[in-house]
Amino acid sequence: MSQAAPAQNGPVIEFRDVSYRFAEGSELISDLNLQVQRDETLVLLGRSGSGKTTTLKLINALASPTSGRVYVEGRTTSEWDPIRLRRGIGYVIQEAGLFPHFTVERNIALVPKIENWPADRVRQRVLELLQLVGLDASLASRYPRELSGGQRQRVGVARALAADPPILLMDEPFGALDPITRAELQREFLALQKRLAKTVVFVTHDLREALLLGTRIALMEAGKLVAALPPQQFVECSNPIVKQYLDAFGSCPPTNGNRGPG
Amino acid sequence: MNVFQFIAQNHSEVLELTLEHLWMVGISTLLAVMVGIPLGILITRCPALDKPVLGSANIIQTIPSLALFGFLLPVPWIGARADRLAILALTLYALLPLIRNTYAGIKGVDTSVVEAGRGMGMTDRQLLFQVQLPLALGVIIAGVRVAAVISVGLATIAAAIGAGGLGEYIFRGLAMVNNQLILAGAIPAAALALLADVSLGWLEKRLGTKTVTVS
Repeated sequence: MSQAAPAQNGPVIEFRDVSYRFAEGSELISDLNLQVQRDETLVLLGRSGSGKTTTLKLINALASPTSGRVYVEGRTTSEWDPIRLRRGIGYVIQEAGLFPHFTVERNIALVPKIENWPADRVRQRVLELLQLVGLDASLASRYPRELSGGQRQRVGVARALAADPPILLMDEPFGALDPITRAELQREFLALQKRLAKTVVFVTHDLREALLLGTRIALMEAGKLVAALPPQQFVECSNPIVKQYLDAFGSCPPTNGNRGPG
Repeated sequence: MNVFQFIAQNHSEVLELTLEHLWMVGISTLLAVMVGIPLGILITRCPALDKPVLGSANIIQTIPSLALFGFLLPVPWIGARADRLAILALTLYALLPLIRNTYAGIKGVDTSVVEAGRGMGMTDRQLLFQVQLPLALGVIIAGVRVAAVISVGLATIAAAIGAGGLGEYIFRGLAMVNNQLILAGAIPAAALALLADVSLGWLEKRLGTKTVTVS
């Protein structure tokens, strides 16, 4: 290995000169350099096809870089055993991706179960998590199809948090929700993040959501990183692509203010 | 004498032929399940194999049944006894619906569900047994159902090579130009096909409602 791995107290996630190409050769991500610090909420912002979801999948090794390296906790994703790597990273996707044939309880208990936790500890953890995401314990025996969209998304978050992973990846988790439920979940996410202090990478195309939730916003355009700035600096940024994005959303929405990491 | 009187008078022979028929269909469907489902799973894991395997199963399906019985006749051990030969031929025919439905059932599982499982750190084996197979079960049972119904019909042809079954009556009736005799074979065979269809359809529905309704 020619490059030294980042130190343990360095960034939790780091992209170094990362490119990702499809098999047929078209480039989705080019020369991405980005660091994610401990306990920050980095929002990957960009339009559809800008490469943000793939960037997320490079972190939990659902995709591997064509060139360059992705470091997680100081080790490249190719050095990690992908199973171990993923069990240490919570993953929330749009529509939650819940298992339709599992009850809420079994869905949430997924990782603890495959990690062979004792049954009573799993049960305990499920109840804890239901409370944490604001769901009634009586929902534990329901199937996902019996829940509302907002409830399903809460279960998705609870499932991702089950084994208490230090890193959380969220791919447009609130994208399919109605505006009121979305606002509710966004507020709860902020409260949760204040309590749990995870390192979060959050994908969205919604500027308002990015400004509200992110401690730093990374704008991507056509596979390239345009800027990675805290919300306040982001709205004042003079970069033409950032400006274009800001203009598309009209008046300046509320920001996350000076909420620093940690 | 109508066909029902004939069946009543020869009830022990009808029963014997029906059991022979069921035996051939049951064993061949079982063998096809044991080979077809693992093959269907295999080709979802090795995409390079999916076209050759599905193609071969398709080709077998196009061989006329009498010709297939003929092809298998010179095969050692298999060709030595008519029932072995018939069971092998029926197994080969039953493979296509089983391989195809297993493959389609697994491939048809919502990609976001599979991706979520993989992203949570499930191994391929855990993903297969806890997620993909349970969710594909309804479609796989539908394949078993199609295979069983096809087998009941095809097994009547097995009488042509002396393997017994309800086809005995049909061929005898054809030779003697006796409609009663043909019907004495055809009616119980049709009843068996219906029975297989209804019972496996029930199973498919029962297992399907719990697992396949993806919200």
